Amino acid sequence: MTTAAPAPKANMGQPIPRYDAVAKVTGTAQYAADMPLRDPAYAYLVTSAIAKGRVDNFDLSEAQKVRGVVDIVTHENAEHLEPAKFFSNGGYASTTNQPLRSPDIAEEGQIIAVVLADTYEAAREAAHRVKVSYTAATPTASFHSPGTVAARAKGQLAMFKDDPKVGDFDKAFEEAEVQISAEYETPPQHHNPMELFATSVAWNGDSLTIYEPSQFVHGLKNGVATQLGIDPDRVHVVNPYVGGAFGSKGSMTPRTAIMASISRRLRRPVKLVATRDQGFNVSTYRAETRHRVELGAMSDGKLTALRHEGWEISSRADAYCVGGTKTTTRLYDCPNVDSLVWIVRADRNTPGFMRSPPEVPYLFALESAMDELAYQLKMDPIELRRVNDTNREPIGGKPYTSRSLMACFDEGAKAFGWAERNREPRSMADGEWLIGYGCATTCYPTQMAPAAARVRLRRDGRVRVEIAGHEIGNGAYTVIAQAAATRLEVPVERVTVVIGDSDLPPAPVAGGSNSTASTCSTVMMVCDQVRQRLLKAMMPNQGQTVGQTPSGGASRSDQRLDLDREAAFDALGVSVIEEYGEWKPDGAPADSFRAMHNGQVRMVGGPEFGGKIAYAFGADFVEVRVNRFTHEIRVPRVLGAFAAGHIMNPRTARSQLMGGLIWGVASALHEATELDERYARYVNDNLADYLVPVNADIPDVEVILLSEEDTQINPAGVKGLGELGNVGTNAAVCNAIFHATGQRIRRLPVRLEKIEV
Amino acid sequence: MRSFAYQRAADPSAAIQALAAASASNNPLTEAEIQPLAGGTTLLDLMKLDVMRPRAIVDINPLSPTWATVSLENGNLRLGAMARMADVAANPEIQQNYPVVADSLKLAASAQLRNMATLGGNVLQRTRCTYFRDVSYEACNKRNPGSGCAAMDGFNRSHAVLGTSDKCIATYPGDFAQALIALDASVDITGKSGTRTIPFAQLHKAPGDTPQLETTLEPGELISGFTIPGRWPRSAYLKVRDRQSYEFALASAAIALDVQDGTVRDARIALGGVATLPWRARDAEAELKGQKFDDALAERVAEIAFEGASARSHNEFKIELGKRVVARALHQAMTMEI
Repeated sequence: MTTAAPAPKANMGQPIPRYDAVAKVTGTAQYAADMPLRDPAYAYLVTSAIAKGRVDNFDLSEAQKVRGVVDIVTHENAEHLEPAKFFSNGGYASTTNQPLRSPDIAEEGQIIAVVLADTYEAAREAAHRVKVSYTAATPTASFHSPGTVAARAKGQLAMFKDDPKVGDFDKAFEEAEVQISAEYETPPQHHNPMELFATSVAWNGDSLTIYEPSQFVHGLKNGVATQLGIDPDRVHVVNPYVGGAFGSKGSMTPRTAIMASISRRLRRPVKLVATRDQGFNVSTYRAETRHRVELGAMSDGKLTALRHEGWEISSRADAYCVGGTKTTTRLYDCPNVDSLVWIVRADRNTPGFMRSPPEVPYLFALESAMDELAYQLKMDPIELRRVNDTNREPIGGKPYTSRSLMACFDEGAKAFGWAERNREPRSMADGEWLIGYGCATTCYPTQMAPAAARVRLRRDGRVRVEIAGHEIGNGAYTVIAQAAATRLEVPVERVTVVIGDSDLPPAPVAGGSNSTASTCSTVMMVCDQVRQRLLKAMMPNQGQTVGQTPSGGASRSDQRLDLDREAAFDALGVSVIEEYGEWKPDGAPADSFRAMHNGQVRMVGGPEFGGKIAYAFGADFVEVRVNRFTHEIRVPRVLGAFAAGHIMNPRTARSQLMGGLIWGVASALHEATELDERYARYVNDNLADYLVPVNADIPDVEVILLSEEDTQINPAGVKGLGELGNVGTNAAVCNAIFHATGQRIRRLPVRLEKIEV
Repeated sequence: MRSFAYQRAADPSAAIQALAAASASNNPLTEAEIQPLAGGTTLLDLMKLDVMRPRAIVDINPLSPTWATVSLENGNLRLGAMARMADVAANPEIQQNYPVVADSLKLAASAQLRNMATLGGNVLQRTRCTYFRDVSYEACNKRNPGSGCAAMDGFNRSHAVLGTSDKCIATYPGDFAQALIALDASVDITGKSGTRTIPFAQLHKAPGDTPQLETTLEPGELISGFTIPGRWPRSAYLKVRDRQSYEFALASAAIALDVQDGTVRDARIALGGVATLPWRARDAEAELKGQKFDDALAERVAEIAFEGASARSHNEFKIELGKRVVARALHQAMTMEI
């Protein structure tokens, strides 16, 4: 065992190497833009330089002269595609602002023309030679701009159910012995996955193949088919590897159907790789948020009143919000809770999911406020969490299926050396560096969605698993192979996993940290169908009592079978056993499977898990150093302790959580998309100016995995952890900065000019 | 990026000949139709962004054997223009005798870029002003003379507070140039009418009314090398930025001191990340000379260095930060063991 491959504790699988490790490090793994196409036309986008107004005229004369140009598509000659419905209203699309339909412009970076050429270089040059004249109107950029329209989130989108509340907040807050009332802000951020937004399309007769990095191949297939007006079964999305996604590749963007339509017209495959800066508008982003948090407590730290009000930016076209109050109102034991979320419309592209969508901004506010409360109470921030820990969420009184929050704090604190911390702000230093320790709670809802799989077992013990899951760096291949190997009692090397292809049995979007729980539970169930057939052949008199996967838990309490596999095959007189099955989690709606085949997700979990509530928890610890002269901020150490049910693979789990912690630090100190408020345009739309941390910024990251068993969530016993690592870290950094400097920073990102010591 | 002709020059005279056509037009150097290519880390980047649109490129990398030599003779440091940043930064003699030079190179860019980029190209690196680098903004007096300046009232956190004009506030991005200007370096320039040598301080021009004119180089001229007189073992480069590597300075200071018995006999101060061109703070140096060093003096010197600084809406912090960096860098240079 090594640092990268931690020894498994109780209820953890083996830290086997990644299934796709060799393919990835040797470069043989083929990503969307690597897929060979026969004689493609290369597409290059021309995007809008204004955020609001209209195109008056295109001058294409210079562009058309470039040798190799095949076609230039604008609203004047583009095929009018069927409208795309917003994903949150039962559709598939990331935005309903469909470009190339009219000269109107509703956001910066809107696609206004597509240049097609025989080479990428010719397409790019011609795109640079397209001259556009606009009539620009004054856009509304963000919260502080004139022209915004704010309305309650409730009722505007299906995803946002309600503003949770319980008890009498106003009265309790007034009567509280200690009160905190503070406002917090988080900036816009863009996912910036390494792999750009590529789309290659090829028609074969009336069948379409799409190579595109996608977190949801069945959604993309159905969405594109709808826009093109064709049978979804004529659309094939192929996507074996995704080079990072983080939410940006979860729903269908306008580019895919546009490329398919152009390809159909040209009778030629089309290949698009949108540039890094175009990527800031081609897909979604995390919009900026504002928060007001009010906490009331008694002098022993017991919370008596909690209120969280949030404001989020969305586009004119679509009402999107992450609405994290569903988590922040339920995290601690508090009898009087109130909340409210607003959506504020501006002339921007539609925001969307970005790793830990609700929890990253909303827990920044709550976990900062908790730290403020701890200081006012002169209480250790960990003890404040302990006093308010609960096994029952306060809104509906539902029990947590399991909750190891304080165990995470305790193990984390011990490993971090929290006890060496002098509680007083500005009390620790090393030469010119002020030192601060900070901590915060992290949590993420445990979510599951229906999925289907096909499993084939050969007489010689080779296994093939087919499921339209997604390898987004999460280790999907690896954990699915482990699930199958365990259930079918074969070495994991004998398992072939086929994913990332819409011709396979459907799996849900790789989002909301549901993938491992959903796909592994499904694969285990279908493997058990295979076992069942073998068992019947081996023990025809014993009926069907062994090896079944009971829904809802205790799935691994299987009887050891000592399979004589070959004899069973011989008894059956076959060489291959193949089974197909569809699995759905407890509480999934009746239309789950039908929706699944239509590329729509029926996710359950978190606060909406029948009579229970299911979350994974963790505790983040951060050491910061602030230079008393230059105000530079350094993070020499980050530590996270996490409990997330059954850990399929401690290696891939650690990797996910470590990446999350790094992102968490970045969300406090580095990542921010800067807006030019005059024009509602993103200014730093490239990886030189949009800051992500480099190695030198992240010297030491430690991940501790706690053993936890939860028999109530899903057969795999898995709580998703893909989005657990980067929640709360931003608050832990700011809490550490307060400890180092005595200065509370409530507006991210923390740049050195905000330090005033 | 637009189609261009590529030509490879075998030696300096071939390069000068190939570039000579560039001097025929009245374009400023940065707009010349024929551009020399060394490391390419700025030129290719700006060509891909459609900011620079040369018709032809002359690859001068074959000049490396003659123009990449580094030598320390008669107490002077001679640096060939084709020397790569990484090689010079790793040179032990330079690290020992000119730490400000080695550090300014080592703290710039990334390892990959330092392996590619040449010293001559580095001092000519163009601004990172995002409005300059994005051609969809029409207003940029540097790129499109007379069109205005989008940065002036835009997002200008990284922009300059010294040497600005009402036409341009773009920051000069380099680090190495601060070491050169601080140490009174000279630049050797070769063109079709022969060679000339000028003080490094005369290479760059303040934006004034003509921000498109960035240097005094004529189209068709090449930098062949730099000479730094004297040794400066007590010298340092302090660079403060938003992350610890691969990032431009918010504020930096190149400091060189000659100290005897706690008294500053000679002092050099140059500022990076805050000015529109490599910036020598001569008044601040004068305040130091002949004085016993202490932190109060350092703070006074820092104040003087930023006299006349003017900020826009997002870069006000650079004035205070710049002063702190100067004071801190002076302290570091004073206390370093040599």
